[in-house]
Amino acid sequence: MPDASEIFRVFAKIGVTSFGGGLVAYLRDALVTDKKWMDEEEFLAALEIGQTLPGLNSVNVAIIAGRKLAGPQGAVAAALGLILPGVLLLLVLGILYDRFRHNPNVAAALAGVAAAAVGLLLQVTLKIGAKQFLKLRDLCFVLGTFYLVAFHHVSLPVVLFLVAPIAIILCRPSKPKPNT
Amino acid sequence: MKDLVKILNVFCLLSLLAVGGGSAVLPQMEHETVALNHWVTGDQFATIYSLGQMAPGPNMSMVALIGWQAAGAAGLIIALVAFYLPSSFLTYGCSFIWDHFKENPWRASVQRGMAPITIGLMLAGVHAVGKTACINPSHSVHFNTITCTIALAVTGILFAKHINPALLMLLGGLAGWFLLRGH
Repeated sequence: MPDASEIFRVFAKIGVTSFGGGLVAYLRDALVTDKKWMDEEEFLAALEIGQTLPGLNSVNVAIIAGRKLAGPQGAVAAALGLILPGVLLLLVLGILYDRFRHNPNVAAALAGVAAAAVGLLLQVTLKIGAKQFLKLRDLCFVLGTFYLVAFHHVSLPVVLFLVAPIAIILCRPSKPKPNT
Repeated sequence: MKDLVKILNVFCLLSLLAVGGGSAVLPQMEHETVALNHWVTGDQFATIYSLGQMAPGPNMSMVALIGWQAAGAAGLIIALVAFYLPSSFLTYGCSFIWDHFKENPWRASVQRGMAPITIGLMLAGVHAVGKTACINPSHSVHFNTITCTIALAVTGILFAKHINPALLMLLGGLAGWFLLRGH
């Protein structure tokens, strides 16, 4: 079993190289294919927990994998390795941004980057929502949530504690048929 | 000091509400940090978001820069810890008892029911960032046409080709520098 410092190194490598997102794929490559610290099934189970619970999927998977490999220290090492390199780079970008944002060339370039980021988020949303857009009941919830949050600033707790239960109850497990 | 406590509160709450990944909390984060607490302007929020998408690692580490704009180095650390620690603790704890719930039929219901809500929240996130980054009333129609075109071009290209999004964002910056200078 690897120790915390090796876990940190492996996750930090992902934290340094994962430009453009898609961290779950990087994690799978490192943990399952490369290091063989988890098998495919364990990884999918970790991902399932990570997706169901609050928090970022990638960080949650790192916590679960790190814990499995080296207990609490492993979990801390994995999460820090994943998060810290990006934060350091962001800090540099943030300092540059503060210094140069009034420069018209920089402002124009940043406006282009921000617009591209919107396009990226739109694509991700449409891609993972493809199924939901095609089903009428799901589409109602998509558009209803969008309308309430974007135009009426209905807060996230209200959505999660009032709208979500309705959606979940509509998808409730079907009762086993009598006589079977 | 008051700001630091407020940063702690806001990002802890966002951490625990981030079901369905980070993008789902984007509209709430924008509302809290721009309209309610004035830590950043709408423009800064959109830029910080896009910087966060360019940097490697989890795409919500942008909270560090919001904390930094709000209250300097202490704000940065508190925003990061508040955003990542609560959900991580929860995951750590739940990974022990997860197997008990694995076979529960309600789990599938929660997943199916939450899916469209997550998508709705992400669309609201597109709106939250797009209303300053793409369709901004304080910019000219010409400017907004260009930013919308860049955004839609990125969406289209990503559907058509497997390409690293960070590269497209750099290209977006190049296009912005070329087309938006002097507007």
